[in-house]
Amino acid sequence: MITPDTLGYLPETASQTAGPYVHIGLIPKQAGFDIFETNLGETLVTPAVQGERIRIEGRIYDGTGTPVRDALVEIWQADSFGRHNHPADRQDGPRDEAFRGWGRTGTDFQTGLWCFETIKPGRVAGRRGHRRMAPHISLWIVARGINIGLSTRLYFEDEAEANAEDPVLRIIEQPERRKTLIARRETREGRPVYILDIRLQGEGETVFFDL
Amino acid sequence: MNPDSEFIQRDRGLHPPAVTPIYKTSVFRGPHRPLISLQNSLSEVTGPAFGQDELGPLDNDLILNYAKAGEPVGERIIVHGRVLDGAARPVPGVLVEFWQANASGRYRHRNDTYIGTIDPNFGGCGRTITDAEGRYVFRTIKPGPYPFRNRVNDWRPAHIHFSVFGSGFAQRLITQMYFEGDPLIRHDSIINTVADEGARDRLVARLDLNAAVPLDTLAYRWDIVLRGRRSTVFENRLQGN
Repeated sequence: MITPDTLGYLPETASQTAGPYVHIGLIPKQAGFDIFETNLGETLVTPAVQGERIRIEGRIYDGTGTPVRDALVEIWQADSFGRHNHPADRQDGPRDEAFRGWGRTGTDFQTGLWCFETIKPGRVAGRRGHRRMAPHISLWIVARGINIGLSTRLYFEDEAEANAEDPVLRIIEQPERRKTLIARRETREGRPVYILDIRLQGEGETVFFDL
Repeated sequence: MNPDSEFIQRDRGLHPPAVTPIYKTSVFRGPHRPLISLQNSLSEVTGPAFGQDELGPLDNDLILNYAKAGEPVGERIIVHGRVLDGAARPVPGVLVEFWQANASGRYRHRNDTYIGTIDPNFGGCGRTITDAEGRYVFRTIKPGPYPFRNRVNDWRPAHIHFSVFGSGFAQRLITQMYFEGDPLIRHDSIINTVADEGARDRLVARLDLNAAVPLDTLAYRWDIVLRGRRSTVFENRLQGN
């Protein structure tokens, strides 16, 4: 049904906005009803998971500085050993079988805050000829008004040495723009919280990647 | 490390740009600066996998998965198709999720205040995992069109929202499926954010009488294409430190 090009490749299906009611499909409890036995992406950390427990949180601001209160945020990250729960990750060393590494949440309808309870990831191998990447979490953001999902990364303020040699941060030409990916650390009730605000547009615009 | 595990570059010309003034909300929510191109590392070629054991038996049956006192009102349809990659290979074992309005064009969502009536027997969401041939199928009620605040008199064509995972997080895709012959499609401010006519046409499901159940349920067919992986015979760029 889909016509391949002259070399036999199929064109990718076009993206469309997730719309304001994305919660119905992906987080029905936030839409206001309970339907599935298992809600996917709610819990990243179980007692069996190894590594330092952290909270990551932030808000997403539009080009006028207003928090986006209907966005969906997904994260994907390595375990505390720097391994991804995926067969293509053939790095040597231990892996945490109890950790899936994926989570999903919505920004709060009132405050616009998003948050995840997770673990701090280890360092992951870079591409050949490059150093290991600094600990980071991949973020993917969709919402009403966002025509195609936005990909960015969260890095950690207290990993300055690793961040300085991170091969991805280093391809961002302007050092000022690299700072938009670095989460600030706070301690709240004795627990580490990393805060990363995302600016979709304008002054301090977050770096987004074409992966 | 798989030598063939890097993704083919996304053809951004087939997707809507970030800022599309005909769809007003995008004007303040689309980045203005160019995306930074990132050659794939392990973090992009890997992604979550989901098991059948995480789904319930009615998760792909929107006619029954929220039925309380009876079945929902509306046009009974089957939606089916395949998830393929850019190399025309089936993508098996991936999660496909979908959500939609009911036959009145009303969403079961605390923020939807449209006058169209809520159907007490219709939830409007479901999910499934593709089979070994990349096929997915679900049963639902055909959604109605509904008005939204964009231009004064903007109406969305009937559509179903889709979320698809590939095997890598860089394949992540959310889109919308429309129905063949719907006259609202050409007026729609959202499908028209896609400049390429062929790409818009590929968002439209075709009526598939051969898959209908006589005296019971009509059917539509819609295939989804995710980004393909590159076959790199000579080098393994992702390897090592």
